[in-house]
Amino acid sequence: MSRGYGLAALLEATARRVPGNVAVSVPGGKQLTYAELDTLTSRLRDRLVALGVRPGDRVGLRLHKSIDSVIALFGALKAGAAYVPVDAESPAARGAFILNDCQVRALVTERGLEAALTEELRQLGAAPAVIALDEHEHDVALAGELETRQQADPAPEVPTAEVGPDDLAYILYTSGSTGKPKGVVLTHGNALSFIDWCSEIYQPHEADAFSSHAPFHFDLSILDIYVPVKHGARLVLIGEALGKDPNRLAATIASEGITAWYSTPSILSLLALYGKLDRYDYSRLRIVNFAGEVFPVPQFKTVRAIWTAPRFYNLYGPTETNVCTYYEVPQDDSWKTMDTFPIGLICEPNRGRVVDEEGKDVPLGEPGELVVWGPNVMRGYWNLPEQNSKAFLVDAEGLPWYHTGDIVTQDAQGQYTYRGRRDRMVKRRGYRVELGEIEAGLARHPDIREVAVISVPDAESGVKIAAFISCQAGASLTIVALKKASVQALPPYMIPDVFSVVEALPRTSTNKVDLQALKTRLGGA
Amino acid sequence: MDNMRDAVRHFILENFLPGEDAKNLADDTELKESGILDSLSTLKLVTFLEERFGVEFEANDLEAGNLSSIANIERLVESKRAGRS
Repeated sequence: MSRGYGLAALLEATARRVPGNVAVSVPGGKQLTYAELDTLTSRLRDRLVALGVRPGDRVGLRLHKSIDSVIALFGALKAGAAYVPVDAESPAARGAFILNDCQVRALVTERGLEAALTEELRQLGAAPAVIALDEHEHDVALAGELETRQQADPAPEVPTAEVGPDDLAYILYTSGSTGKPKGVVLTHGNALSFIDWCSEIYQPHEADAFSSHAPFHFDLSILDIYVPVKHGARLVLIGEALGKDPNRLAATIASEGITAWYSTPSILSLLALYGKLDRYDYSRLRIVNFAGEVFPVPQFKTVRAIWTAPRFYNLYGPTETNVCTYYEVPQDDSWKTMDTFPIGLICEPNRGRVVDEEGKDVPLGEPGELVVWGPNVMRGYWNLPEQNSKAFLVDAEGLPWYHTGDIVTQDAQGQYTYRGRRDRMVKRRGYRVELGEIEAGLARHPDIREVAVISVPDAESGVKIAAFISCQAGASLTIVALKKASVQALPPYMIPDVFSVVEALPRTSTNKVDLQALKTRLGGA
Repeated sequence: MDNMRDAVRHFILENFLPGEDAKNLADDTELKESGILDSLSTLKLVTFLEERFGVEFEANDLEAGNLSSIANIERLVESKRAGRS
């Protein structure tokens, strides 16, 4: 443990060095300097400690993207806690499951989300301390809220907690195949290793403006938030509504002078298709990162045709490792003949291997599972000892290599190319989706007897998700009703594209659901 | 020209509710809260409406309840046409 180490220390050091630089801004709204951000996050730290938060605790955040949400996560970090961001746009029950699973001591949320969430938490027997804010995308509601509380009940100033590399920084929940989200536990050491790598590759400077498009519960946010904070650059927050509106987004990237963009390929495709990008000046844009799913080369072409100057990076890595391989798209035209971009080279000092089902290295060029060891790799899943033992391949020297589940090949230059999955996980709009979690969510509907979910490749969106459903005796469900049931049970990115109501699910001779038969049925339909 | 409501209904059924019976998508069926129209399907629908009915939407046309049902979509398109001529 050393003084000045950790994610909060990045903010404190930058606030001392360049207090007047703009730290965070909202297009068309407010902005905070580093000095202001440092002060407000310290006030929240004091309040959280007064509410009982101690180093090693968890603090839940269920907030829309806002300056408040940035203050909230740094406030938690300064208190020595790990922050746990949950999606404000997903069902409250899912958020409550997550916050109860990791036993948050305190929760920062919005008044509009508070009642449903605390009710769900109460049903689970959890009652964390709550700070609820007026939702205000363009303003800073936390400042007023903290001030009001300070008047009524002063919280003494406390020092920022000292942390070390192995202390928890945040827990990001991803889709779980058993139907329950699982928490990926990441430390300050994990995050800083990745931020150092980014600093090396991107050479960020104070004049940079980094986009924050991904929500904070998505691991893309780690680059977005902490790289500019380390370097005294500006973080430009893209709210949920703006983030989905390619027309306004295209204008915003130009008008905010964003220099480093990071999003899923789906968003870049939408920008190219609907953003009318040729209307604007993007001369400041120097870096475009994409991650989360495969970017089909033809769709990349439409983006590159307009954004000719920036360097494009294909970043790869599950939440468990954050980015662990990278590929820079060549600046000449040589990429045009590729079918698909490689995921590239391992991010040093991490190491990768390609192994067979027994964990033995496959010959160079042969397909196998990518396993990764190094400082980026998570400590484990929260409270899931069984999944933890399956998640790692422990080698003869005792090093734990994380099983990505992704099938790759490696070429003689060391570059990896993604070939597919070894299980029932798919990527949709960059999100990990376990088909089993969709099944479990829909199966809770009282009129549904059985449900099976499959995915098939789709030229336009990459993957199409289809749900086959049989109803309880005497019940019937329309497709409209099934859509509605999905909205209530699942995050938006998990809602199936196609529903099919069947008498009974086809079974194999061993009485398992015949997923292959369903795929054939979908293909023939 | 075809009935506008039926043209919109047909587009929504074909693109966002494949396999659904037309009778289950009424003129007043809620499209947003029911998850039928999300951000991506809204973009597709708007592009369809602009091309098919020769109108152009502003960002604020698409706010609030303007796309919340087939009946409201028809009202929106009609008002854009009236404003243009």
